Amino acid sequence: MPEMTYRDALNLALKEEMRRDPSVVTWGEDVALYEGSFKVTRGLLAEFGEERVKDTPISENTIIGVAIGAAMGGLRPVAELMTVNFALLAMDQLINHMGKIRYMFGGQINLPMVVRAPGGGGSQLAAQHSQSLETYFMHAPGFYLALPATPADAKGLLKSAIRDNNPVIFLEHELLYNSKGEVPDDPEFLVPLGSAEVKRPGKDVTIVAYSRMTVLALQAAAVLEKEGISCEVVDLRSLKPLDTPTFVDSVKRTGRAVVVEECWQTAGLGGHIASLIYEQCFDLLLAPVQRVSGLDVPMPYSRKLEKLCIPQVEDIVKAVKETLTAKY
Amino acid sequence: MDSKLRAELPDHDLLKLYEQMVLCREFEEACAEQYTKGHITGFLHLYSGQEAVAVGATAGLHKDDYILSAYREHPQAIVRGADPKRVMAELFGKATGLCKGKGGSMHLFAPELNFMGGYAIVGGQFPIAVGLAFAAKYRQEGRLVACFFGDGAVNQGTFHEALNWARVWELPVLFVCENNFYGIGTEVHRSSALADIHKRTCGYDIPSERVDGMDVIAVHETVKRGAEWVREQSRPYLIEAMTYRFRGHSMSDPAKYRSPAELEIWKARDPLPNFARRLVEEGIATAEGLKEMQATAQVEVQEAVKFAEESPWPEDSEVFNDIYV
Repeated sequence: MPEMTYRDALNLALKEEMRRDPSVVTWGEDVALYEGSFKVTRGLLAEFGEERVKDTPISENTIIGVAIGAAMGGLRPVAELMTVNFALLAMDQLINHMGKIRYMFGGQINLPMVVRAPGGGGSQLAAQHSQSLETYFMHAPGFYLALPATPADAKGLLKSAIRDNNPVIFLEHELLYNSKGEVPDDPEFLVPLGSAEVKRPGKDVTIVAYSRMTVLALQAAAVLEKEGISCEVVDLRSLKPLDTPTFVDSVKRTGRAVVVEECWQTAGLGGHIASLIYEQCFDLLLAPVQRVSGLDVPMPYSRKLEKLCIPQVEDIVKAVKETLTAKY
Repeated sequence: MDSKLRAELPDHDLLKLYEQMVLCREFEEACAEQYTKGHITGFLHLYSGQEAVAVGATAGLHKDDYILSAYREHPQAIVRGADPKRVMAELFGKATGLCKGKGGSMHLFAPELNFMGGYAIVGGQFPIAVGLAFAAKYRQEGRLVACFFGDGAVNQGTFHEALNWARVWELPVLFVCENNFYGIGTEVHRSSALADIHKRTCGYDIPSERVDGMDVIAVHETVKRGAEWVREQSRPYLIEAMTYRFRGHSMSDPAKYRSPAELEIWKARDPLPNFARRLVEEGIATAEGLKEMQATAQVEVQEAVKFAEESPWPEDSEVFNDIYV
């Protein structure tokens, strides 16, 4: 299997799907001539031309709305939001339209479309460019939500998202673009939406994570292994549909759980995961579920302060140890 | 006597316009009655007074042109061919409704008729119309998108984003503003710096014009010509139809923000009796013939009400259907 970056894996997924299906088109701010702010769309304009790879005005709400209309009209658009922060300008089209059109029109129309958005913190981009908004999208019905942690998942999930007949919000982590991993070159390699994966088996504690938090969880597990603590790491990969059986089965085996979320903790998705664990594993839990979350503050710029706001490997290590000592 | 109407359209088509306007009026008035009886609930925005716009404009389009509208859209769906029975059933929230009772008055949808929806977030349909136009152009289908909206929608960001986008991408969108002078209770001069809405397209290099929205023939002619231009040029165009709603914004609005005198001026311009008079004057129809048409429409609407009343409610299990494919 060839090794490639998360960025190149996404790029390959786009190219393969555009080669496979002429109804796949893509647009966003600076995705064509400039080849994307994060260069995920590199080479697309050259290969597929300006009818299929399009630069747009800086009009985020309309970037999404045009994709909705195009999907209604028989295309499979992949709309890029330059960063997820700008999704807040598009919430009307995302929540009020993309998520509701199929239902309120009685199932008479499908919206096969993908909204790609890089996000997450850790690059000192300050409060307005360092957000993890996954809980916002997990909360609302009517579209799927995928967030790959590895290059292979990035490719396989994006291809599934493009082929799916439901709208999919696809969150990429800006700090993972340069991460490397083995990626199957089979153009039919797909990772199903709604399937979590045990990225590392273990027996003492289950760590449930997603996107970059999975990468940190794996690093924490490696640290803890040296101390004789065996962690199982479940990468959710999709938040909608949520693969509850995979993490519940794991917690039933280990009896302990740490949920890691990059988003703000208050009303964050980690609380929902924890509640599912309590509901379905209550009798088998040996300790309270621990949450490792982003701090409930607007992201500060200073490197020293920013680090406090984003879960770190040592925070996960500490939470795992907490589950091993804490008792009901 | 030379007939100005016959110069525009054959008799059959002229009568069809009247028939459709009457059906729309009767349908809306029946809705008001059913709302009062509690059979229709939720929001209900009636179109009475504006019929010449939906009817004239639809007649000026091709059948495969897409139509999108806002939430005062029953006539747009019916004129396109949606069965009044299923529209009424939708308003009743019944399983036989156009959208299985899940959308209601504001969310009619009939893709087989290229009626692509009623949208209830003001201005929400603009970007979607642009996207449909892109798909139509990309697939070389030769059809355009007619996007209806009210005067209140032009101060939403989506109006400006969509106009700009449609021009930059050179997309076949015919924007049709139904200017009825009020966004709920706020008169257009109190909300728009430039109340001549058609002039607002100059910032986007989009040609536009204003038409008398109480005159079905004028609307038809203007939309037909505008649509041909859009099709030929593959570029957007905007038509501002000056019209008036005889009822309040919705059923809960007594419309106290406008004077009875103003309402009377516009009622004197009611598109139905005015068009009827022209049809009779020019010998295209008799008064009796037009009355018969109205009676037929009343029967059709009463049948729709009966159908809606007798239709079953949706099964509880329907609540989870249609969210995902």
